[in-house]
Amino acid sequence: MPSPPVAPAVSLKALAIAFGLKGGGRYTAVDGIDLAVAPGEFVAIVGPTGCGKSTLLNATAGLIKPFTGKVEIFGGPLPGLNARAGYLFQQDALMPWKTALDNVAVALEPQGVPRAKAEDRAREWLRRVGLSAFLDRYPHMLSGGQKKRVALAQCLIRDPEILLMDEPFGPLDAQTRQIMGNLLLELWAADRKAVMFVTHDLEEAIALADRVVVMSAGPAAGIIGDFTVALPRPRDIAEVRLEPAFHHIHKEIWSKLRIEVQRAYAAGEGVAP
Amino acid sequence: MNQAKLRLLQVGVGIGALLLWHVLTVYPILGSPKQIQFFFSTPVDVLARVVKEFSTTEIWRHLWITLLETVLAFATGAAGGILFGFLFARRELLAAVFDPYIKAANALPRVVLAPIFALWFGLGIWSKVALGFTLVFFIVFFNVYQGVREVPQVVLANARMLGMNERQLLRHVYWPAALTWMFSSLHTSVGFALVGAVVGEYLGSSAGLGYKIQQAESVFDVTGVFAGMLILAIFVIIIDALVTLIENRLLVWRPGPATGAQS
Repeated sequence: MPSPPVAPAVSLKALAIAFGLKGGGRYTAVDGIDLAVAPGEFVAIVGPTGCGKSTLLNATAGLIKPFTGKVEIFGGPLPGLNARAGYLFQQDALMPWKTALDNVAVALEPQGVPRAKAEDRAREWLRRVGLSAFLDRYPHMLSGGQKKRVALAQCLIRDPEILLMDEPFGPLDAQTRQIMGNLLLELWAADRKAVMFVTHDLEEAIALADRVVVMSAGPAAGIIGDFTVALPRPRDIAEVRLEPAFHHIHKEIWSKLRIEVQRAYAAGEGVAP
Repeated sequence: MNQAKLRLLQVGVGIGALLLWHVLTVYPILGSPKQIQFFFSTPVDVLARVVKEFSTTEIWRHLWITLLETVLAFATGAAGGILFGFLFARRELLAAVFDPYIKAANALPRVVLAPIFALWFGLGIWSKVALGFTLVFFIVFFNVYQGVREVPQVVLANARMLGMNERQLLRHVYWPAALTWMFSSLHTSVGFALVGAVVGEYLGSSAGLGYKIQQAESVFDVTGVFAGMLILAIFVIIIDALVTLIENRLLVWRPGPATGAQS
């Protein structure tokens, strides 16, 4: 591949990540990863359970250090935590002792935004994710989907250049997932960030992304496929699935992914999706 | 079971116990009432004594002293517990080094310290505050230590990804987490602050509820002892209700009985 004219937002080069095991030894989660995400590009990463998809995100976020290889952000090395990235976690990561408004407003504090201004902007973001009526609710008073909306607002209010999403809609029910997927696409279309979206749901990956990257089963998982999704935008998550082109690419990717899923299943590493 | 029926049964148990006490001490069932009353008094006498106590201003002074000691013991103990709980949770080495000493100090029955505190701090309120402090400190310390260490990793990772520095993490993540755990032990620690105050007074003082009870005991005034215990019990119930009120206000964000109680 010729080198792109602008530095990629994220560039993983010959990346390997290993964890020390209790009682000695080492578990290599991912190995030999080369992946570049252009600014404004939406990349979905799929793979069987336990293949180290989340590990890739954590390395890009700077939450874990690579064992070998490099993580580069906009062409520069990643010194510690990735300050240019926002991270949407799979689990509930909101501060349970803060209201929805406070959870979102506090995200601006590290940037030194005055409190009153931060609250105004938080209100605006919560309106954008459709939660104007829930500003004073604590997380435990919100549904799973509403909590994700707050988390999305908390993440996006900082205006990160890179969005890292780790199966963010995983725990939600099917309808809510679709609604959240459409909301994400709508927000992303308004201001295109580079996105790394990890999921085990291939349909979700294709419906959302410009590119779908397929990972092999762990340990030492690598990238075994990189597919461009040429479906037109704007897309509707529910409707795009009905298009023939969607089926075509789904079939193409699944033929590759299925082998890995079966391998992971046979190795007892994970469960069948 | 509905609320009204429960209340009725609760009141019934109380009245039943008082009736039994009354019958056994006033009528010659177990022996001469005069002799029985020397050991057990009678509910009417005890109530009459309580009423009489409250007709003077003297009792308010004793209550005030005990309350002051309780509040001071709680405040100092909680402050110390929070400070050291935080410090030890954030500094692994410190926790590891001091671990055996903390365990040893906590295992010590605090009552044995009361005479030493009386020696060090005199017979005024400070020896009682010191005793209450040793009780409250460890409860709050262990809870805060636990709370800070058990902040959910994902909440912490999220806060760090939002760009928070150490000071902001402390304010927005560690501190609220620690407070939650402290408040979850609020009833216990306030109770222990009161125990410290009363036991301290009992063992040597010139004022307070513990002193009142000890005075009555020393002259075999059983009615006085029971009256003192009754006043103490009412005092504890009121303080506990206040704590519940504070807790419900401060922990509104928490799911479960703290907020669900009203519904």
